[in-house]
Amino acid sequence: MHTELFTLPFRAGLTFILLYLFVLLIRWLIRMSPEDIRKITAGFLSSKSISAIREIFSESLLHRKIFKVNPVLGYMHMSLAFGWFLLIVTGSIQSISYKSGEFHLPYYSIFFNKLESTTGTYPLKGFFEFAMDLILLFILSGVFLAFYKRFHSSKLGMKKTTHLKIKDKIALISLWLIFPLRLLAEGATSVIYHNGSFLTESAGNVLGSVISPEIIEMPLWWAYSISLGVFFTSLPFSRYMHIPVEMILIFFRNYGFRTCDKYGPFTNMEILSCSRCGICIDKCQMPESESRAVYFIRGIRDNQLNDLQFENCMMCGRCTEICPVGIDINEMRMISRKNSATDNIGNYDYLHHGKMTRTDVIFFAGCMTHLSPSIISSIRGIFSIAGINYHFMDKDGGVCCGRPLKLAGRHKDAAKLVKFNREEIINSGARTLVTSCPICMKTFIEDYELKNIRILHHSQYILELWKDNRIHLSKQLMTLAYHDPCELGRGLSVYSEPAELLRRIGILKTSYPHGKDSLCCGGSLANTTLSLKEKDQITVEALQQILVNNPQYLATSCPLCKKTFSKLSPVPVKDIAELIFLNIIHDKNQKRRKIFTERKQESVIF
Amino acid sequence: MPQRKTILVIGGGVTGMEASARLAEMGYRVTLVERQGRLGGHVDNWDFLFPDRKPAANILNPLKDAINYKVDVKLSTEITTIKKLNGQFISSLSTGDFVKTDVILLATGFDLFDARKKEEYGYGIYDKVITAAELEEYFSGKNGYKLLNKDGRGKIGILHCVGSRDEKVGNEYCSKVCCVTGVKQSMKLREYYPGYEVFCFYMDLRMFGRYFEDLYREAQEKWGVQFIRGRVSEASETHDNKISVRFEDTLSGKPMKISLDLVILLTGFVPASGSTYLKEMLSLDIGKDRFFKPVDEHLKRNHSSREGIFLAGACTGPKSIAESITEARAVSLEISSFLNKSE
Amino acid sequence: MRNNKFGFTIHSDNQINLDERDFNLYHKIISGEAGFMSCISCGSCTASCTAAAYTDFNYRQLCHNIRRGQNDAVAKELSKCMFCGKCSLICPRGINTRKIINLLHKELSKTGQYAY
Repeated sequence: MHTELFTLPFRAGLTFILLYLFVLLIRWLIRMSPEDIRKITAGFLSSKSISAIREIFSESLLHRKIFKVNPVLGYMHMSLAFGWFLLIVTGSIQSISYKSGEFHLPYYSIFFNKLESTTGTYPLKGFFEFAMDLILLFILSGVFLAFYKRFHSSKLGMKKTTHLKIKDKIALISLWLIFPLRLLAEGATSVIYHNGSFLTESAGNVLGSVISPEIIEMPLWWAYSISLGVFFTSLPFSRYMHIPVEMILIFFRNYGFRTCDKYGPFTNMEILSCSRCGICIDKCQMPESESRAVYFIRGIRDNQLNDLQFENCMMCGRCTEICPVGIDINEMRMISRKNSATDNIGNYDYLHHGKMTRTDVIFFAGCMTHLSPSIISSIRGIFSIAGINYHFMDKDGGVCCGRPLKLAGRHKDAAKLVKFNREEIINSGARTLVTSCPICMKTFIEDYELKNIRILHHSQYILELWKDNRIHLSKQLMTLAYHDPCELGRGLSVYSEPAELLRRIGILKTSYPHGKDSLCCGGSLANTTLSLKEKDQITVEALQQILVNNPQYLATSCPLCKKTFSKLSPVPVKDIAELIFLNIIHDKNQKRRKIFTERKQESVIF
Repeated sequence: MPQRKTILVIGGGVTGMEASARLAEMGYRVTLVERQGRLGGHVDNWDFLFPDRKPAANILNPLKDAINYKVDVKLSTEITTIKKLNGQFISSLSTGDFVKTDVILLATGFDLFDARKKEEYGYGIYDKVITAAELEEYFSGKNGYKLLNKDGRGKIGILHCVGSRDEKVGNEYCSKVCCVTGVKQSMKLREYYPGYEVFCFYMDLRMFGRYFEDLYREAQEKWGVQFIRGRVSEASETHDNKISVRFEDTLSGKPMKISLDLVILLTGFVPASGSTYLKEMLSLDIGKDRFFKPVDEHLKRNHSSREGIFLAGACTGPKSIAESITEARAVSLEISSFLNKSE
Repeated sequence: MRNNKFGFTIHSDNQINLDERDFNLYHKIISGEAGFMSCISCGSCTASCTAAAYTDFNYRQLCHNIRRGQNDAVAKELSKCMFCGKCSLICPRGINTRKIINLLHKELSKTGQYAY
């Protein structure tokens, strides 16, 4: 009986955390809507549960996404998670093999080596002892890497690591102590009872040379049990809560839950699932600040959120893209902005519709494009050559699409502009809406509810025109770097069409980071806090990476990116439409519109 | 007889020519290096000069005469490297020659702001948008093409502060002489094309020099030029190929737009590309506006941050022709003073 | 209104007495965004404004009035702004115009100036 006393700290801790999780789950379920409960009941016995289990395996245990960031970092996380999982599973099988058929409480397999130290053999004793030691070594290598990462994080591919608060540090230390203590405790026991393998026996021998194992054995087992108990108890107050909650999150996500427009049970799960791995920190291009995703989430969790933490953000989505847990950080910032914004103060009654035009194709330039007239004249030139019959909806300036208001959290005010523009679009009878601004395009798709209308970016539409042979392009020997804008790339998953179109007219030199990892230009309509100088700094740093292959032109597909880059780029910046128009093959009968000509050679026509 | 001191003057505009002439007059051996195939710099492109509307040739011809045979002029030549050795400067030229001098005078001047960077105004996109420098070429008949129909009617707009006082293109400074240029050109346009109204869109009117205010009055009273206090934000094309510009008439507080048949951009000064190249090579100080920075703005305006290298003219910041000529004379005195001391 | 020694006014003073204007809003704005002081009233913001093409909203004038201590009708005017960002992009002094609009919204909603 007294030999089992040392397992009490462990059992207490484990009971505490399991009860805590149970209560948490019940509280979440109570707050869910009937529709959400239906999602759970529908998904529970379906293949969705299987895909959830598969995802738990590949992400929570094997951490595949982290491997993509950096292999050593991935190994570190995997060794701790998967290793501990294997330890528990193998340990359970070991205890079943020993006392087959009997029911064992969890603590039995954890402390097996001590509790059954005096027994003789059982099936596969040697194999199990070896396997347990091997797994322990596996975990310990991870613990060592975790310790090393605190001091030399760059060797593990991370320039900066999360800075921790006190409660995190207590949990961290107790976690790191668990496995070394296990090693020492099992080592001491194995010297006395010879039930260890290569690792524990060597550790025991080393230990034995310093101090008598009989004296130190029980204290070590107590220490092991206490560190486990402390760890479990600190779980709900630390970042390690992600261990159980992430698994719950994966299930709910597979059942179809998503972050929507208010804080609720699902976002609560997301917030607790953040392990503060810190991978999001390096991705953020902002100057050093507390608005990094990891601190933003911690701010919500600890109820110590500072407004700047969600206001001072470019909403570029790089953190959301890289998060190994798949937390929808961008959406959460939108919710915070919505909750704190001064909304419903806009009065747009002064807007009146003019004469309604019926058309098949609408071209919407957007506010930003109007500050870059060459994009507009290029698109109009291309449409004219292709013989497209279109209505230039905002030719005389137009009404803003509403997304800047939405990004600022003013959803009700944005909806007023949306209503106005939507009426005009629908009443025109258009089947296709082409826009040159990805920011407008995102809101057209997400908020305008334009069913039966194809919404295309001008690069997508122009590619279609080329494929339909309505325009012909000539390929030049010019080298281009293409920059994926945040709103078009990560925002709308449009990556391939602009690149494909550019390959028709030039040589595309892919610059890294690109695609999903593409950098933010710094222009960001979503950030009203940064000063002009700070934004310029972000732009300069981004350009250094984008122009690393020395292209002749930097091609963009967003007018805001174009304006932001042109100011500071040593290389000329052109929108895709401008580049296409420069290299379009004119029909001999068509009037030529030269855009970039040498002043001295051209005659001024009256 | 002691060996004559030698001076290398880099830049053959009005400043370089005047300084070379003065220094040669004082008895020094002057070498003048100019990257273009002719002397005169920017002034050679101008038509009539403010404030008295004298032709540019009236300044350039005397200057050219003054240096004829007295100064060793090397045209179509650039500086490749400059090194200092035993207190003298050894400059290697693009022609392969070497020049050894006691002093270097930088008179590299300025370039004009590339109006394509201000793409909201449509330069390079719309045919009817030209720069003030190009307008001077039309006035002086060099271009050979007609700008507008002399008997026509319409509106012409002159936009001030293009590329100056603008953080968005990285030039926060004022280029000083564009306002009076705009006023001068507005009158010329009214004279050549009497059927056209002329509008000047300004933020401030910097009539800083002598007789400038009189020019302003004349433009208003005699020629009926209209001055609108409001910076143009963007230009677009109308269906009848005119340029429509948006601005706010700040004095009445109303946003407005107008269609123009011709738009003239008063582009500002930026440091010459040659200045930038020499700055790097010689490690000279520059100011926040990227023009050369003299040791002191009052008492040592012509001394660069390195001993023996002097500055004059627009390479230290936007200035008028009169001021450049004055500086050329001042720096000649400074150089002479320096050379006398070092004996 | 200037009273003469007889206790009634003959005519009201058409001059604005700057001494008596309220500059509290101005000071609150400049403490949040110092750029508010850098305006040279060029009017580019109003010229490029999306809303100004449809209604008589004038951002430059609004800010100018606040600088002169004239704070009435600020809320009403500011409610017309669509927050599109063209003014921020065009300002030659690099002023963060949208940050100023946000600060104004916050201040005005504190004092209950938004009736709806």
